Amino acid sequence: MAIDTKELKDVILKPVWDNNPIALQVLGVCSALAVTTKLETALVMCMALTVVTAFSNLLISLIRTQIPSSIRIIVQMTIIASLVIVVDQVLKAYAFQTAKQMSVFVGLIITNCIVMGRAEAYAMKNGPVMSFFDGIGNGLGYSVILISVAVIRELFGSGSILGYTILNPVKNGGWYEANGLMLMPPSAFFIIGFLIWAIRSWKPEQVEDAD
Amino acid sequence: MSAKNESFAKTLLVAVTLCLVCSVIVSSAAVVLKEKQIINASLDKKKNVLVAANLLKADTDIETAFANIEQKFVDLDTGKFIELDNPQSFDQRRAAKTSELSVEIENDLAKIGRRSKIAKVYLVKDQQKVDTIILPIHGKGLFSTLYGFIALEADKQTVVGLKFYEQGETAGLGGEVENPLWLALWNGKKLMNSDGEPALTLVKTIPKNEFEVDGLSGATMTTRGIQNMLDYWLSEDGFGRFLSRLDVKNGEA
Repeated sequence: MAIDTKELKDVILKPVWDNNPIALQVLGVCSALAVTTKLETALVMCMALTVVTAFSNLLISLIRTQIPSSIRIIVQMTIIASLVIVVDQVLKAYAFQTAKQMSVFVGLIITNCIVMGRAEAYAMKNGPVMSFFDGIGNGLGYSVILISVAVIRELFGSGSILGYTILNPVKNGGWYEANGLMLMPPSAFFIIGFLIWAIRSWKPEQVEDAD
Repeated sequence: MSAKNESFAKTLLVAVTLCLVCSVIVSSAAVVLKEKQIINASLDKKKNVLVAANLLKADTDIETAFANIEQKFVDLDTGKFIELDNPQSFDQRRAAKTSELSVEIENDLAKIGRRSKIAKVYLVKDQQKVDTIILPIHGKGLFSTLYGFIALEADKQTVVGLKFYEQGETAGLGGEVENPLWLALWNGKKLMNSDGEPALTLVKTIPKNEFEVDGLSGATMTTRGIQNMLDYWLSEDGFGRFLSRLDVKNGEA
């Protein structure tokens, strides 16, 4: 199977800016709100989601010619759920502290629309290699937004990045009055809104027609 | 997707095969990683006990430091130490959910419903003499149940340290229960008055005496939860009987 490098590049990079799963398709926002109070949890979440999307796409694409269409959703779901459980177990074994903070949100990758959406929209119609990279690409697209949101929230909400103090907050004896809103889920909505605004101003073709 | 995929037999075959393959993968992952997870969980718990007792320094090896700590089981109704046949398998959280092993709490300040009849406590000892008593506590905050340890000096009144090892409060607000700077405020506070009754309060003003601790700003409900769980666990129904029985000179109860 020859791999078209241009297509490969498209598959990986398109979801980052041109067809971002969060910014354009507005999928997977739930977890983007939940795990972005700290950059560390956001990074682990991004890795977990990218791995799950890539491998679920790969596996589903491999067996796509064998899946009866009447049970295809449940087949996709079973594969995704198994992958998520394996990822969750690995995190509990090797990144215990972070896994503890993320609690249910790793498990909730199962219900993340991005994973399911890519399986149904891409992996069911394309070859395994491309599907795998499509999963990586969409994971990266998700990661770009999640990491941006997490950096802003942790910096202005707690005055730190990855736990290292940048703006020394008042409660630790510093000068920075931490912005409590940044630690609440609504702030992620606002930040994602601003990011979508920024991306669409940069790439006006993403703006939807008025109804 | 050809038509032959749509037959009943094929559908069944795909479903069964998929389930078998996935279950093998999931269960082998669980089995292979289990040992590591158990080690992680137990190390984490030991670490938190040490933090509560103020014994964890940057270069402390958890296992060596923990070797000096004695685990004891207490019958909360009598306040006496008891021996368990199988101490390794004791799980206080599971016991609280099992009707034979737990009792319903009448004055349920901590909002936990039932409590285990037996509790596992930790003692830091110097020969026979007890230096520090570490008690497990838990109770509802705003969103989650907080689990932690409180360490007392041998006078049974003075706090050595407090540490929560499991909580799901709002990060940055209630989640600040994990902030070491806040936890450090607890050292030296008096939990009980001289009659052995819970007397410590979390206040919104600047603490005036050793019976007051500065509450967390922006986390009224979490603070109230901590207050309630301390009031409950230090009452007669909690560790009250054990604390009054405990002979700190000989380490017996």
